[in-house]
Amino acid sequence: MKSSAAPEAERTLEVDVRVERAHGHDFLLDVKFAAPPGVTILYGPSGSGKSTTLAAICGLITPKAGRIALGGEVWFDAARGIRCPVEKRGIAFVFQSLALFPHMTALGNVEYGLPRKMARAERRARAEEMLARMKVAHLASRRPGTFSGGEAQRVALARAFAPSPRLVLLDEPFSAMDRELRRDFIADVRGYIDEARVPLLHVTHHRNEARALADRVVLIEAGRIKAQGGVDEMLPASMDKLDDSLRIYVEE
Amino acid sequence: MSDWQPLYLSFEVAFFATILATTLGVLIGLWLTSTRAPGRDLIDAITSAPMVMPPTVLGYYLLVALGRNSAVGRAWEAIFGSSIVFTRTGAVVAATLGSLPLVIKSARAALEGVDPTLLKAARTLGAGPARTFLTVHLPLAARGLVAGVMLAFARSLGDFGVTLMVAGDIPGETQTAALAIYDAIQEHREHAAAGMIAVLTGITILALYTVNKLTAVRREE
Repeated sequence: MKSSAAPEAERTLEVDVRVERAHGHDFLLDVKFAAPPGVTILYGPSGSGKSTTLAAICGLITPKAGRIALGGEVWFDAARGIRCPVEKRGIAFVFQSLALFPHMTALGNVEYGLPRKMARAERRARAEEMLARMKVAHLASRRPGTFSGGEAQRVALARAFAPSPRLVLLDEPFSAMDRELRRDFIADVRGYIDEARVPLLHVTHHRNEARALADRVVLIEAGRIKAQGGVDEMLPASMDKLDDSLRIYVEE
Repeated sequence: MSDWQPLYLSFEVAFFATILATTLGVLIGLWLTSTRAPGRDLIDAITSAPMVMPPTVLGYYLLVALGRNSAVGRAWEAIFGSSIVFTRTGAVVAATLGSLPLVIKSARAALEGVDPTLLKAARTLGAGPARTFLTVHLPLAARGLVAGVMLAFARSLGDFGVTLMVAGDIPGETQTAALAIYDAIQEHREHAAAGMIAVLTGITILALYTVNKLTAVRREE
């Protein structure tokens, strides 16, 4: 991959934002952290502002103040009036529901995210290649309604990774998965991240999940960053009661 | 012998009214689903008003807004050489107004029924707002939108009150089926209206039956 040549700092996500809640509470999200290539877990209880942080990073909501940048590319800067629209940021967002388009085939779903300026045949070839890499080439002409949980998951990852995203965001995609699916999912995601060397930000409030996947952990609580650091320092293994499906990754 | 001419005229008026109401209704419905602007609920109420307001009141407003002395009426006459009121154009406007709330309500329900996560997914995959609307939002709402179009057609086929106020009852020009049926019954010529009564009844029931089918399947999904 071409991006592997760039130094780490050029591919690091820097977030420093303050978000005002439109409805209710005096609650204000005020977070500052960096996510270098590799897996960073945004860890905290429900309602701590994790999902809001992800929404701000990908541009689905506009923070009141602050700055968001990936390497030298500024996506948002309130002071300078910069606001890059969602579709121009080159982010892969994997939603909890996977959000596959029900009216398109698996191939159509994967092609959807590829640049319009790419030739049709090239788009098709790239989409087929990604489906094959995720071991779901046989589903190409089928629609998501007929997919099993694991199949949908793989198609969703093929779609997310096909455009070579510069940042991957995962919003608790594990909650609806059983152990087996979770294990496969983690392996697939890890595989891509290790190869592409891009930052991945993963939101969760499950400790085992965080330990299984993370390089770094950012602890968030009530809209503030409590601490950040390496996974062993932040979430020590001694306190774990690891579930078997995750144990193998921690022991690796 | 039945005279079918008013029915043909009704179809012609309903055709154009449905196109107008669908275009406007989908745009207004989309705006209502996507905005949190303070005036939203008021606009919603105003665009729903034709469903419950007396046709004479609506017709009065239209006469004031589009009449030969109004700014719109004068501009129209300068460009097209004929007035809006008491012409077929007026009949189309009247029928559009009556069916607009039905399209707006159907469009809004259909558009709001689409999982917002899918729209966000489209955006993160590089689609701008227009492409997201055309390739994800609209196709997934299609069933409900088609239901709205059918309702609009059935409704505009049968408009009476507003059409009478704004377009009059000119045989061959603005006398639609609903008006012709009224005149025939007033003059004890029920036999002349029987065919049109049967056709209008059939179309209405068929349209509502289809709408129910369309929206019922959507709920199961």
